[in-house]
Amino acid sequence: MGKRVGMEVAIAVAEAVGLCDIDMAAVYPITPQSHIAEHLSDLVANGEIDAEFVTVESEHSAMSAVIGASGAGARAFTATSSQGLMLMHELLPIASAMRLPICMAIANRAISGPLNILNDHTDIMPQRDSGWISMFVENGQEAIDMSIIAFKIAEHKDVMLPVNVNIDGFQLTHMVEPFEMPTQEEVNQFLPPFVPHATLHPAKPVTMGAFAMSDYFAEIMKAKDEALKNSKKVILEVWSEWAKLFGRSYKPVETYKSEDAEILMLTMGSMGETAQMAIDELRDKGIKAGLVKLRLWRPFPFEELKAAVKNAKKLIVTDRAISFGGPGGPVFSEIKSALYAENQRPLIYNYIYGLGGRDIPVPEFVGMFEKVLADKTGQLVDSYEFWGVRE
Amino acid sequence: MNIVENFDLFAPKLINKQELLSSGHRACSGCGEVLAVRLMCKALGENTVIAAATGCMEIISSMFPTTAWRVPWIHVAFENTAAVASGVEAGLKALRKKGKIDDRYIKVVGMAGDGGTMDIGFQALSGAMERGHDMIFVCFDNEAYMNTGIQRSSGTPMGASTTTAPAGKVSSGQKTWKKNMAEIMAAHGIPYVATACPSYPLDFIRKIEKAKSIKGPSYIHCFSMCPTGWRSPSNTAISVGRLAVETGVFPLFEVEHGLYRVSPDMPKKLRPVKDYFKSQGRFRHLKEDEIDTIQDRINLEYKKLLEKEKCLKTGNAQKITEVG
Ligand SMILES: Cc1ncc(C[n+]2csc(CCOP(=O)(O)OP(=O)(O)O)c2C)c(N)n1
Repeated sequence: MGKRVGMEVAIAVAEAVGLCDIDMAAVYPITPQSHIAEHLSDLVANGEIDAEFVTVESEHSAMSAVIGASGAGARAFTATSSQGLMLMHELLPIASAMRLPICMAIANRAISGPLNILNDHTDIMPQRDSGWISMFVENGQEAIDMSIIAFKIAEHKDVMLPVNVNIDGFQLTHMVEPFEMPTQEEVNQFLPPFVPHATLHPAKPVTMGAFAMSDYFAEIMKAKDEALKNSKKVILEVWSEWAKLFGRSYKPVETYKSEDAEILMLTMGSMGETAQMAIDELRDKGIKAGLVKLRLWRPFPFEELKAAVKNAKKLIVTDRAISFGGPGGPVFSEIKSALYAENQRPLIYNYIYGLGGRDIPVPEFVGMFEKVLADKTGQLVDSYEFWGVRE
Repeated sequence: MNIVENFDLFAPKLINKQELLSSGHRACSGCGEVLAVRLMCKALGENTVIAAATGCMEIISSMFPTTAWRVPWIHVAFENTAAVASGVEAGLKALRKKGKIDDRYIKVVGMAGDGGTMDIGFQALSGAMERGHDMIFVCFDNEAYMNTGIQRSSGTPMGASTTTAPAGKVSSGQKTWKKNMAEIMAAHGIPYVATACPSYPLDFIRKIEKAKSIKGPSYIHCFSMCPTGWRSPSNTAISVGRLAVETGVFPLFEVEHGLYRVSPDMPKKLRPVKDYFKSQGRFRHLKEDEIDTIQDRINLEYKKLLEKEKCLKTGNAQKITEVG
């Protein structure tokens, strides 16, 4: 099963995408994504993959070009970070409305200003409502696996939606990790050739990206929402197929020591592994702590989330972005609204942390738990705090 | 001007009879731009994929669930048409190479208005041309943002009144000279650049056909009269286009591999610009001295073009390389 390799995660993501018989890629350099672009270019230059690599002049054009290529019926890939993702923003809902199964790796990085190149989730959060399937990975193995899985989900005839895979910049993209790289034969077995539902070809002329006014627009929006919701079924199927082939199983919501936990923490992305160590420490002290890791951001896994937290008394939601002047972190408001109608639900706390690459070691996570455990009167419930930030 | 009457009878092969842009679209009556697009499609033929920018030509042709397009057509946004076309071209190339589609030759064409080309779409266009994609980009220049209500663009000519550069008590409309887009494209060193106008249909068709025959990027700047935005009667599109050419306001020329040729339709002697200005309400406010300034500029620009043609003419290519 696969090959055991050790390499930088960004390079490995490019290798994994290279196993997917992509026809076209358009990627614009930006730290910390650039290694993906560079390595893909190497693969093309060395004839290891048979694809067109379009050296676009911006991320806006990168997304535009993959939309054009995907419309032509090509399997198309792009990758970006931060400002690049913000520049693509205008086009993301168009890609999903056109039902184009584009796959994108995002090396998550803080958005300006001030300019910062390090990791947080402020780049992906403003893209939440663009109609893409959106998932987060925790380590290099997941980054590789999801990069391949993304194509199969996106191109499934019942889905036909773009997918983004969020990989924490530097903290994950620049780590050298050991993992299992699937072989070409294995990927060929898993990923069938892309069969587009319509293409830009003179053999059968179609019009893509029409103009729709109030008589049709709302119906198109509803159809997109339903497509995104229905994609969960396919996502689960594809993940279980992957588990059968590769022995690694994935769930929309992962849990760690959560079954009997009285206090839970929720994380997304690479922070999960550090938080897990904090849980072990707390458990050693006799505290019934557990962890919930949200892998699938869109479509939002309501059922799985509710099931994962229903027995806990307290839930600490961590956020690596903020809704300025709003209710706190975007994940926090999402979780609160998901649990609002539940009869049995934990008290919810919110810590905004790890902004612009600020490191959060194990004791910081322990500190969050301790602070929430000490909140006997519940005065911190439903409020948010910038964790560890100087006044 | 009765040349087009019974044209079909005398020269049936000169114009493709297929209508790849069907009637029933929603363009204003007398729209010169949609006429140009229709002619372009005739010249391109059916093995074409078009990427179009947001703008008049997009909204009038693709009202969901109807479409006027009989060629594959994609619209994504306003500023990114050249990038979308790049992607279509790259995608088709890869698919053809891998044997995933039949191996017929398909020309990819990007089209946008002056705003979608010269302003907001400028970067994407420059990038696509520089990368050398096998595509034609056609700018349908109606000299303002017409789709959104006649706002000025960098293609609006000096002195024209628009809704964001209106003529007023202390203003004479547009305060800047029209951006010379064809020259900027020629400066990209691409194989073929041409200016054209649907008032000269055979010249326009020939230029599109030439661009189609070139493997690599080419750019055509098409002067597209807008009776609505230029405040002239809806039956004047063709005559106003001819006036623009005859006065040197919009000279017809082509640049092939850096060598210039002024189109044979250009008159020996230019007519005065005021003949052109009289035809449109957008210039009505201009005073004598303002017209003189514009006339001087037109003379200068046209002279520059003729000089360029003289030293960079196709026949002179030999001499230039010798000197070099
Ligand atoms: C990013 C963005 N900005 C502004 C608009 C609004 N808009 C749509 S079409 C248009 C003007 C189009 O003008 P032009 O490109 O000259 O084409 P025309 O309609 O005149 O043919 C504008 C400003 C838009 N759709 N997208």
